[in-house]
Amino acid sequence: MTTMTQTAPQAAPASERPALLSVRHLKVWYELRKWGFGLAGYVKAVDDVSFDLHEGEAIAIVGESGCGKSSLMKAILGLVPPHDGQILYQGQDIFAGGRAGLRWYRSQVGYVQQDPFGALPPFMSVRRILEEPLILVGVKDRDERLARIRAVMEEVKLSPPEDFLNKFPHMLSGGQQQRVVIARAMIRNPKLMVADEPVSMLDASVRVEILKLLRQIQEEHNLAVIYITHDLSTVRYFSERIFVMYAGKVIEKASTDELLWHPQHPYTLALLNAISDPDAANARKLREVPPGEPPSLVTPPPGCRFHPRCKYAIQGECDVNVPPEFPTRPHHLTACWLYDERYAQQRQVLEDDLGDLA
Amino acid sequence: MSGQPSTSAQPVLKTEDLVLYFRTTKGVVQAVDHVDFELDEGRAVVVIGESGCGKTSFAKAVLRLLPRNVHAYTGRVYLDGQDIMALDDEDFRLHIRWAKMSLVPQAAMNALNPVLRVSDQVAEPLLIHEKDVSREEALDRAREMFRFVGVPESFLSRYPFELSGGMRQRVAIAMALITRPRLIILDEPTSALDVLTQANIMNVLKKIKWETGTSYMLITHDVATSSELADDVAVMYAGQMVENADAESFFKEPLHPYARMLMAAVPKLRGDEDLEFIPGQPPSLLDPPTGCRFADRCPFRFDKCDQDPPLFLVDGRKVKCWLFEKDAQGVYGTQPAVATGD
Amino acid sequence: MLRGAFKELVRYPSALAGLVVIIFLVAVSIYTVVTIPYEEAIRLWRGGEEIWGDVPKLAAPAWFNNFTAKKRPLTIKMTSDDEAGVERKQAQVSDALWTDDVVYSFDYPYDDFPQEIAITLLAEVREKAPYVSVVWVKPDGTEVRLADMAVEGGKRVYRVSQDEKLGRKLKLPENVNPVVGLFAEDPAAAEPVPMKGTYQVRLEGTLFEPEDTLQSKLVVYGTVYGWAGTDHLRRDLGIALLWGTPVALSFGLLAAMGTTVLTMLIAAIGVWYGGWVDALIQRITEVNLVLPVLPILIMIGVFYTRSLWAMLGVIILLSIFGAGIKTNRAIFLQVKAQPYIEAAKAYGASDWRIIFFYMVPRIIPTIIPSLVTLIPSFVFLEASLAVLGLGDPVLPTWGKVIDDARANGALYQGLYYWVLEPSFLLMITGIGFAMLGFSLDRVFNPRLREL
Repeated sequence: MTTMTQTAPQAAPASERPALLSVRHLKVWYELRKWGFGLAGYVKAVDDVSFDLHEGEAIAIVGESGCGKSSLMKAILGLVPPHDGQILYQGQDIFAGGRAGLRWYRSQVGYVQQDPFGALPPFMSVRRILEEPLILVGVKDRDERLARIRAVMEEVKLSPPEDFLNKFPHMLSGGQQQRVVIARAMIRNPKLMVADEPVSMLDASVRVEILKLLRQIQEEHNLAVIYITHDLSTVRYFSERIFVMYAGKVIEKASTDELLWHPQHPYTLALLNAISDPDAANARKLREVPPGEPPSLVTPPPGCRFHPRCKYAIQGECDVNVPPEFPTRPHHLTACWLYDERYAQQRQVLEDDLGDLA
Repeated sequence: MSGQPSTSAQPVLKTEDLVLYFRTTKGVVQAVDHVDFELDEGRAVVVIGESGCGKTSFAKAVLRLLPRNVHAYTGRVYLDGQDIMALDDEDFRLHIRWAKMSLVPQAAMNALNPVLRVSDQVAEPLLIHEKDVSREEALDRAREMFRFVGVPESFLSRYPFELSGGMRQRVAIAMALITRPRLIILDEPTSALDVLTQANIMNVLKKIKWETGTSYMLITHDVATSSELADDVAVMYAGQMVENADAESFFKEPLHPYARMLMAAVPKLRGDEDLEFIPGQPPSLLDPPTGCRFADRCPFRFDKCDQDPPLFLVDGRKVKCWLFEKDAQGVYGTQPAVATGD
Repeated sequence: MLRGAFKELVRYPSALAGLVVIIFLVAVSIYTVVTIPYEEAIRLWRGGEEIWGDVPKLAAPAWFNNFTAKKRPLTIKMTSDDEAGVERKQAQVSDALWTDDVVYSFDYPYDDFPQEIAITLLAEVREKAPYVSVVWVKPDGTEVRLADMAVEGGKRVYRVSQDEKLGRKLKLPENVNPVVGLFAEDPAAAEPVPMKGTYQVRLEGTLFEPEDTLQSKLVVYGTVYGWAGTDHLRRDLGIALLWGTPVALSFGLLAAMGTTVLTMLIAAIGVWYGGWVDALIQRITEVNLVLPVLPILIMIGVFYTRSLWAMLGVIILLSIFGAGIKTNRAIFLQVKAQPYIEAAKAYGASDWRIIFFYMVPRIIPTIIPSLVTLIPSFVFLEASLAVLGLGDPVLPTWGKVIDDARANGALYQGLYYWVLEPSFLLMITGIGFAMLGFSLDRVFNPRLREL
């Protein structure tokens, strides 16, 4: 039987490798139009997010629907221009280089989408699908294209390639379709991969195969990966660091094990508490869930966006001021006022609950 | 099932040799293939399996929600001891469906009628099935249901598009509850929802079960979440039910090789185990193999697997696997310590 | 994908029937264009005495005789130079008088009277016009002196039907064609019947110069002609029916394709660029949907030009911003939302590449059936314009034939063939394309198939 272990620690700590992608104070705001003309406000999907991604590093961005992770991903892919802030790839703003600059950046990024069938044009054969990115980057020689296609198909274990080259997407299983999507993302040897819920639409037994494949590819190519998901249980198998997003902001950043065993933010704690492992005992008790729902991104709550649902919220602080990132543990940043020195006492309640978790 | 004394003598739902085959342009799809199953009163069974295993078809077969291209629909279904297969369609519609058994369908939150207020929608099944209930009484009961599932009363007069996904799912559950059925069948109730909303909905379902004693059949491919509600577990593979056990024993140690491999493929947040995946694919339901349907992918396969195994009884659990056949001395077949396959 | 579609298609009997019809029409078109080139067709259709003079007017198709008890006459034509049935005697009577006698003999086995008898005399003289006497000899020997005339001006045409004196001489009732008198057994009968047998026409010509020549031509006009009959200008309708086929098909095809392709492109551009581009296109479409197409075409036909190709251009222009834009837009909106479009953007495909290679292929399966069913509507539109008198003035088309028929009271006169022939062709064109189109619809849109 094939197995897969947790992520092995990388050779050097992430921060010492050069930053491949830098996101600085990124804001992705969508305009709301009134009757075709006039502005009715903004949907602040991503509101001031900053982080660095290093070569060969795999990070996961985790959050529920409406937290802004999709918009963040679209901005990183260059599909949506930011309202404010910058996205730097190898030091250059990806939007500053005009059409040519953006096109070059796109050849450096591979995109794996959630819906394997929808991500493939149904009227194109596998060969044609994989040829497109090569044609766009100017590979004119047909044989060279075919050779590269064969090579990448072997890599994603669609082997022998001849069996699949002339098939159309609807003739493939979900897992095979996703492999084609991954092949397409990898065919130009990118340095960065963005994977948006790559396994959530696959069956349970196939998920593992694909996750393992992604891991293998990442290691072999030293790929930097942004893995976006709402399923925290898969994160362990594929990422070194996790960012947790809520209502457009990143509220916690830490290495994977750190976050899973020592969550700091009340929302992260709630998230972890809500995830079940298969255990019959679950049926006998209720799970604690924070009340309410994620806020509107048009008029988010003032101060910390989680405060209306947070049972540790501090009146007068959390509902007024946006918390900065506090370094709570080594390589672990949390945007929560409880970690301000002034609130050590209120923090105690949280720490007791955290103790129950472990 | 073992360990739990039942309050009534007969199970709330029992199927015997249930068969549902569909006719398609490519041939006959054997979606539900001779399924024998029992669920005791007040318990929740979780039917788990991957896509195409026939679990949704099984629910449809029990509820008689059949499409036009049915090729074969036979067997017996007993609800509280009454053979409901023998009823004609109109009788079934009036007295069984939604009166005694209701359904929360897949993506229920998208199945709400967009032009009706949610209160009217929830009240509607009551008005149809209990003729002597007035409109006000029905709306009152709807209000009660809303409180039960945790939807604020102010939402009563709203339209579905004004509610979030989680809220709509609760409305769908209220709709299934309002006629106080004996059994509620839920098809993937939480798969389209976020983690926190999922946990919320599970809490609601648990509350309903504890307070009303309604029985549940929960159909899902999400093994981890299924443990939130399960008293019993039934595993389906390629149109057949391959294991049926109480949750305690199942989650500790599943017996059927497919169930074991499925459990090993579930990523766990807090465990330390390795992840395994199952190579190969489930057989097509158009032309299933004649022997055990999992044999192709089973690492414990041996020569007897060329025949289709019956359901064996092991410590009160049912397993459809030759490994669990008792030999002449009453000793179970040994599970090889090492896989005979690769 | 197309190969599979074709295999699927031939399972439908209506598709096969439609294909048969269309292949037939295409074959006719090719045959026509090859055997009667364009200029030739125009020339023939313009008509005129030289081309159609010897052809009867308003004659039914010759094959009618296979279905009626009463056999109607075919046209009999003889000239003085012919050998068969013609006896010619030229002699010199004195030094200022020559004779040139011609006797035409022909068989008449028909049950109905000819339309007309025309005797054409052509003379080349130095000075004095020759003198000709015409005698008609019926099979029973009865002789009728038809005319004595001088061939003034080198040419004289004698038409029996216009000879009122003859009618009186033969004691025919009023309003009866004198031709009847020449052929009838009993001219005074209530329902006269022609005498069958061999008729003779004796031309006794007198010339006054030695070099003078006299030629003659006898035409006994029948009442059936050819495989399609003739119209009021004696034109063989077969020409119009044949040539109408390629005109109809090409017009229909060009209009349908032009409209479909342009509509698709405009919708795609609107959907892709969105914003004001989309809004502008939608507003233009909405205004255009209200515009009445036929009245506009009529105005253009009356005030500017009736040229078929100009009409084609205007029709396409008016059709592209039609309802097709709305349906295409709906489909494109769905396609645009597909994840693979986003993926294409992410790996750097340009806007035009996405439109042509990723969006358009999705819409082609729905467009093909509607294209095919659109073709006959344009064919009918062209015919309608012709019937309204706005048809192309030069080209022979089916609509033009119907228009002529209507203008000349075909139905009142019982000349049903004139209307039915082009109508039949229009009808099978419509049915053929419709059957093919609807079957294509079922092939490309599986949801329409019956379970």
